[in-house]
Amino acid sequence: MVEWINTILQGLLVGGLYALLATGLALSFGIMRIVNIAHGDFAVLAAYAAMVIVEPFGLHPLATLLIIVPAMAAFGYALQRYVLNRTVGHDIMPPLLATFGLSIIVQNLLLSVFSADTRSLRAGTLATDSLALGGQVAVGVLPLLEMSAAAAVIGSLWWLFRRTPVGGAMRATSDDPETVQLMGVDNHRIHALAMAMAMAAVAVGGIFLAMHTSLGPSDGSLRLLYAFEAVIIGGLGSLWGAMAGGMVLGVAQAIGHKLDPGWGTLAGHLAFLAVLVLRPDGLFPVRRSMR
Amino acid sequence: MSADPAPLREALSTHALNASYGDFRALRGIDFRLHAGEAVALIGANGSGKSTFMRTVCGLMPAAAGEVRLDGRPIGGLPAAEIVKRGVALVPEGRRLFASLSVEENLRLGAWTGRAGPWSLESVYALFPVLRERRAQAATSLSGGQQQMAAIGRALMSNPSVLLCDEISLGLAPIVVRDVYAALPRIRAQGCAVVIVEQDIAQALRVADRVYCLQEGRVALEGRPCDVTREQISLAYFGV
Repeated sequence: MVEWINTILQGLLVGGLYALLATGLALSFGIMRIVNIAHGDFAVLAAYAAMVIVEPFGLHPLATLLIIVPAMAAFGYALQRYVLNRTVGHDIMPPLLATFGLSIIVQNLLLSVFSADTRSLRAGTLATDSLALGGQVAVGVLPLLEMSAAAAVIGSLWWLFRRTPVGGAMRATSDDPETVQLMGVDNHRIHALAMAMAMAAVAVGGIFLAMHTSLGPSDGSLRLLYAFEAVIIGGLGSLWGAMAGGMVLGVAQAIGHKLDPGWGTLAGHLAFLAVLVLRPDGLFPVRRSMR
Repeated sequence: MSADPAPLREALSTHALNASYGDFRALRGIDFRLHAGEAVALIGANGSGKSTFMRTVCGLMPAAAGEVRLDGRPIGGLPAAEIVKRGVALVPEGRRLFASLSVEENLRLGAWTGRAGPWSLESVYALFPVLRERRAQAATSLSGGQQQMAAIGRALMSNPSVLLCDEISLGLAPIVVRDVYAALPRIRAQGCAVVIVEQDIAQALRVADRVYCLQEGRVALEGRPCDVTREQISLAYFGV
């Protein structure tokens, strides 16, 4: 019994990592209607960038967040402003193809610079520390941090969308990118800001991911798949849904893994399929944007 | 031209304005003048170019040729977001309220440019008290007439010197149309010039200082309601 409680707790917390990676995807779909195929690769890119600066400066992996997150946000802003905005329109295909191309570019760039070896961010004892909750129930410190980071990222995004003027402009841009211009809102700038936020979130996810597991240059696609599953389980365009989707995925994988170490991934996909069959709109479907 | 008292300042004008959808020429050389504080009605059959004219003036559609001037300064070719900063607000056809936003959030977004002027949340609520009651509701939960009021209020929040209202009464019950039009004098009293696209010609003639009738992208008739005859309007509206 205790073992199962531990398994489910572990799954829930790992769900935080999936949620972090899914948030940016939910955001760029929710605001720009861009399906960002390169999203997972950007997570890996952020992780590799963290690895580059962690050694020479002797930083703790968590300290790289302070540098990589703003850097990725700036990169996201520029990418949307000068590249992706040219592809956004009534058709969903051009941005899809553009980000598919970006995915190939990022993967091959990482491959040629860093070789195909897998790498990770060494988090020291942080990766193995656990917190005893009593009665033989314990949770890993790193998964706990991942879940807290996810809650903080999603919570602050939610606050931004609901409580600030720029958040209102973002929701309005998502509703009607033409009419929002009649309010004096520069919709291209709003899109760039949203992509900056998505990239900041994916940078957090990528850095935690690299502390959690080792990554190769082409692992982004697999991460994209999990992120997609989390977003779709939660309901397209819903931030808290992405959180819930991540947790469903995490728990399913943990239970599968517990039954047989080879079943973890499969169980996650099966949970995703079950949601698609039973609730195709996801657990928390939104008709309005970014709830 | 007889009894106009003071010399009229031009708020908005277009000269030889052209606009096209692909090969289709929707506007063919529109010369249009709106004086400060004036109300002008734009009438014409479906497809005559009324909405295209409004969209071109406010920058949502590029002009193929010609000039748009606001207070004498050219604004043609500027992006829509820049034109609203300079004082032209459009109430678009179909209201186009933001579905994710509450009524009040819609209104607040209207003030995005921060232009100074008489209109604020308070004065818009005073103009349309029903919006205050519904302020926290989703904008799309309002009735058609209330949505039109919210759309007008949202446009006023940018404190425009020129307010363009596209199809202001389309789809509204006559009694609701009366309520919407009741706000017009108070909007004009704040010094705002108004252009209204109106299907109901009698209504247009009642509220407007001047009327333009478009036909196939050209100005077929222009004049003051007291000066134009029913026959002239029919001819301008339907052609020969």
